[in-house]
Amino acid sequence: MIPVLLIVIPLIGGLTGFFIKNGKSARDWSLIASLVTLVVSVVGLTVEKNSASLQFDGEWLPALGSSFAVGLDGLGQILTLLTALSFPIIFIATYRDEYKNANNFYALMLLSQAGLMGVFLANDALLFYFFWELALIPVYFLCSQWGGEKRIQATFKFFVYTFVGSLLMLVGIIYLYLHTADHSFSIKSFYDLNGRIPVADQTWLFWLLFIAFAIKMPIFPFHTWQPDTYEQSPTATTMVLSGIMVKMGLFGILRWLAPVLSTGTWVWGDTASALCIIGMIYASLIAIKQDDLKRLVAYSSIAHMGLMCLAIFGTTQTGLQGVMIQMFNHGINIIGLWIVVDLIERQFHTRKISELGGLAQKSPALAILLVIVALANVALPLTNAFVGEFLMFSGVFSSAATKYNVVFTVAASISIILSAVYTLNMIQKVFFGNTNALTEKAKDIYLNEKIILVVIVIAIIIVGVYPKPMLDITRESVDAILSKMNLKQ
Amino acid sequence: MNNIINLIWLVPVLPLAGFLINGLFRKRLSKSLTGIIGSGVILISFIISFLIFLQVKQPGFEPVVVALFDFINVGKLNISFAFQVDQLSALFLLIITGVGFLIHVYSTSYMHEEESQHFARYFAYLNLFVFSMLLLVLGANFIIMFIGWEGVGLCSYLLIGFWFKNLNYGDAAKKAFIMNRFGDVGFLIATFWMINQFGSVTFSEVFSKAHDTSTFVLTGITLLLFLGATGKSAQIPLYTWLPDAMAGPTPVSALIHAATMVTAGIYMIARSNIMFTLSPITQTVVAVIGLATAILAATIALKQNDIKKVLAYSTVSQLGYMFLGLGVGAYTGAVFHVMTHAFFKALLFLGAGSVIHAMGGEQDIRKMGGLKKYLPITQITFLLACFAIAGIPPFSGFFSKDEILANAFAKNPVYYIIGVFGALLTAFYMFRLYATTFLGKFRGTHEQEHHLHESPAAITFPLIVLAILSVIGGFVGIPEAFAKNAHVLEHYLEPIFAESNKIHEAQPSNQSTELLLMAVSVVVASIGVIYGWTRFSKNPDLEDATGFGKVLANKWYVDEFYNAIVVKPLNALATFFNNIFEKSIIDGIVNGVGKGVKYGSRQIRLIQSGQVGGYVLLMVIGMVILFLVEIFIKK
Amino acid sequence: MPINYYIFLSVALFCIGVTGVLTRRNAIIIFMCVELMLNSVNLLLVAFSKMHHLALIGKHADAGTNAQIFVFFIMVVAAAEVSVGLAIIVMMYRNTHSVDVNFLNRLKH
Repeated sequence: MIPVLLIVIPLIGGLTGFFIKNGKSARDWSLIASLVTLVVSVVGLTVEKNSASLQFDGEWLPALGSSFAVGLDGLGQILTLLTALSFPIIFIATYRDEYKNANNFYALMLLSQAGLMGVFLANDALLFYFFWELALIPVYFLCSQWGGEKRIQATFKFFVYTFVGSLLMLVGIIYLYLHTADHSFSIKSFYDLNGRIPVADQTWLFWLLFIAFAIKMPIFPFHTWQPDTYEQSPTATTMVLSGIMVKMGLFGILRWLAPVLSTGTWVWGDTASALCIIGMIYASLIAIKQDDLKRLVAYSSIAHMGLMCLAIFGTTQTGLQGVMIQMFNHGINIIGLWIVVDLIERQFHTRKISELGGLAQKSPALAILLVIVALANVALPLTNAFVGEFLMFSGVFSSAATKYNVVFTVAASISIILSAVYTLNMIQKVFFGNTNALTEKAKDIYLNEKIILVVIVIAIIIVGVYPKPMLDITRESVDAILSKMNLKQ
Repeated sequence: MNNIINLIWLVPVLPLAGFLINGLFRKRLSKSLTGIIGSGVILISFIISFLIFLQVKQPGFEPVVVALFDFINVGKLNISFAFQVDQLSALFLLIITGVGFLIHVYSTSYMHEEESQHFARYFAYLNLFVFSMLLLVLGANFIIMFIGWEGVGLCSYLLIGFWFKNLNYGDAAKKAFIMNRFGDVGFLIATFWMINQFGSVTFSEVFSKAHDTSTFVLTGITLLLFLGATGKSAQIPLYTWLPDAMAGPTPVSALIHAATMVTAGIYMIARSNIMFTLSPITQTVVAVIGLATAILAATIALKQNDIKKVLAYSTVSQLGYMFLGLGVGAYTGAVFHVMTHAFFKALLFLGAGSVIHAMGGEQDIRKMGGLKKYLPITQITFLLACFAIAGIPPFSGFFSKDEILANAFAKNPVYYIIGVFGALLTAFYMFRLYATTFLGKFRGTHEQEHHLHESPAAITFPLIVLAILSVIGGFVGIPEAFAKNAHVLEHYLEPIFAESNKIHEAQPSNQSTELLLMAVSVVVASIGVIYGWTRFSKNPDLEDATGFGKVLANKWYVDEFYNAIVVKPLNALATFFNNIFEKSIIDGIVNGVGKGVKYGSRQIRLIQSGQVGGYVLLMVIGMVILFLVEIFIKK
Repeated sequence: MPINYYIFLSVALFCIGVTGVLTRRNAIIIFMCVELMLNSVNLLLVAFSKMHHLALIGKHADAGTNAQIFVFFIMVVAAAEVSVGLAIIVMMYRNTHSVDVNFLNRLKH
């Protein structure tokens, strides 16, 4: 029952949210709904792993062989926890942001949450596709209604990009469906296909699905929607997009691509890995040159996602566990960064790094919290990202799936250096130095923002010092995925 | 008594607690309370460390691993958060907490003019640094060591940029962090390799498996580790951050950039000595790089006029000697030199800090001179430290440097000759510094002269303690040539380096050769001392350097060179990607697709003329085509 | 007379009708050409009807009559068309003072 609740609570919360005319009550309503979801998600963590309450299988479209099958496993738990945790954080952090038609805004946010939950829970390919779109559609509206100056263009680009991806994925899913033994969309039938699809077909199927997921992550060279969209979206939406939604791509590969088309993954893994690495270095270099805080964070996110994707193709226990824990960490960290960006933008009405400076004198609390989040972004030990990145790199290095493991590790590790460059640059230019006319009047942050950032920082450090519980959650999922991926030919 | 070792976790946790208290309550604590907390936690750590040391120094002590909890446990890889207590880590604990405590005490006075909030922030950083450094030396595996390794880098970053209003300091801090990252990547890749090769990063497991590993793998791993060491310990090619790091407060330079953090690389190599011993190529590389750094930094130090910069380059140079020691297999000598260097270099920096304090922030030695009569305690302690670093017997530096040089001679006499030449330079520039600063006439402004005064007790106390240590610190390692079994340190560290020493062929230590070598180096050093003293005590070198001197004054233009080959190309590449590649090519293709569709539809739209006749015509044509297809093609 | 002649005549009439619709701009002439096309079909239907009737005269009493019924349908539709079509043309003339169909290009908007 728990997975259904995770979807239904935000769904109902969102739908009712449309009818609450008062913007402030709508905001509180959605905060409550998201907190309830969080509670359910935490309850889900405590339930025994094989308990029946973590699975649900209802009738949906029996004629098509599709059912409303949802379930929580380790991978799903990590990501639903991330989703459930992120939304209250986002709502509290942006509590002071004003929106026109606030009820619609919050309702759409919750609908998007419902969609995300569905994506991470679905055990049925058609359902997965359905939720995939359900998660995206509210975001189109959120960007185009509440975004920045160039929101229409950005939304259009985002829409076209992701829609192309979705359609490619749909084609792939339908092909696979037609080849299942029992004409069913269920994940079991898809996994049974493993090894039975001819190699030639695996190639193009792999690319259909991979491009769909690569656009979402995004992987070079499918990334150009991201900086524009992040820049133009309202910050709360950007947090959802970058904190959670990009994980849909990784999740898609982990659940629907690599275990289903193991041969294709194996054959094309090197090419995809190369794309990931090019993207990592490329995005890091571009991040150095960004003057807009949002674009900087966007490019840094591209670099980090590249590493996660790379580690998936490494196909090792260490690497995959690293990916799973890092999906959670990256979500938390980047939301932290966005909160800081939002605070700066709200106060100074600019995101230009060159126009800021000296904030550490005026808002020490903000500076300290940002520095910690930023250090997590560069994966300093004892922050959560170190655990993830260490495992991922280590996984790539010991990967048996590719001949080029050493080359990949060394090339990818350049991004470790570059990430320090752009992060420290940003810290220095925004927080250090002397104040200027703009930052002279800066105030320190409000309590709610401080609390949220402290929560994030605590999460960063706890996972960084004691990652064991997280790693334990994911172990079985990784074993399951690996056993399917290692079929090879 | 064994239970004291189980309290080992307190040693790093206390500074961490100090960091948290000072950091979180920095606005509420008074300065004196901050100072007491900051120094007190280190003092307690020192006392515990000392008790542990007493335990460890008993003969036959076996290393103890105290596992606190599982850190990362994935598949077959199990990394626990564990501390290892043995002779090497106990020695480093003493150095870190001992020197660290003195520097904390010193800082309470030195930083007293800061606002209380920043004063607390300073102590918080300093405590965090000690915490990280203790993690580094206590870690029982490479990952815990790496945590400390990065932690000290972070604290160094924070402390160099402590006065964050000044962007130049921020740049220096950034440079230090980023250059260290190059090394860190090497270290990390080495650990990945170890995980791949040995399936573990725990010291005991890795070292025991090292014997059965191919030389190629060991060479690769050790070279990568050494790359890490060049970053942290400021060796060629990653040394240029250290002189810039002098932007931080002077006690920080003493603690981090002289006594402790920069010796992390040496600790790491000494810790994994067996792996280095088993890969002779790496050893040669280490020795050559160490020697080259020692000479290069010494030449640069000849022409520096900033008191802290001279000391910074001398640090780089001394670290070079330590690496030379590691490279020739004189692990004990290197650790010995770490210890004595910690004493005299901390003393030199603290003395320099006392001078700077008295001079009201002035660091240029050309504007000093004649400080002897104003700062007697500082002067005398500084002089002792200069003797120690110059290698004059019986000061501590003599014994440690001599041990390294003697071993270098045994390995290759060329090392010895170059090393002695470096010692000459060292003696010379140190006494140039001493003479220009303390001797001659005062060359500053009247106002400065008026304010000249000896520093308060909180500053002079650490100076005196360190001076005593600098003088007598060498007696723990009296060469065997003088007396049998006098080398206490070597016997103490024996268990750590036993295996490596077995592999290194027994040194043909001819007693008369050794004495001769010693005599040569003492004579050479004395020449440097006397020349430096006489030349600069009367007429200091006040002019800007010209000719070759200018090259030295500009540090061989290494920074400029790095700028040209790394920073600028990367910047250009980033600009190209950002402005051209991303916008025109990648986004160009994406937008091109959109434009193509738009263009195509604009063309096709023309068919929709609105003329019914046109539509009918198309319809008829379509029908005709269908007919034709039906008749001619379908069959 | 062989059926071929009827077919040729009918095709010729139809083509004349098509050409007329395509080339003329006067709505009334277009209208007449449409009628011509309809009638060419009628002719064909009647011709085939006769042919079938002759061929199957002994077996089915009413062989081939379907086609003739269709002809009547077509004539009825054509008549309806004439009434509506002419009305449209009259309205068009009132609005544009012309029966030129090229004036009616609002479809493109």
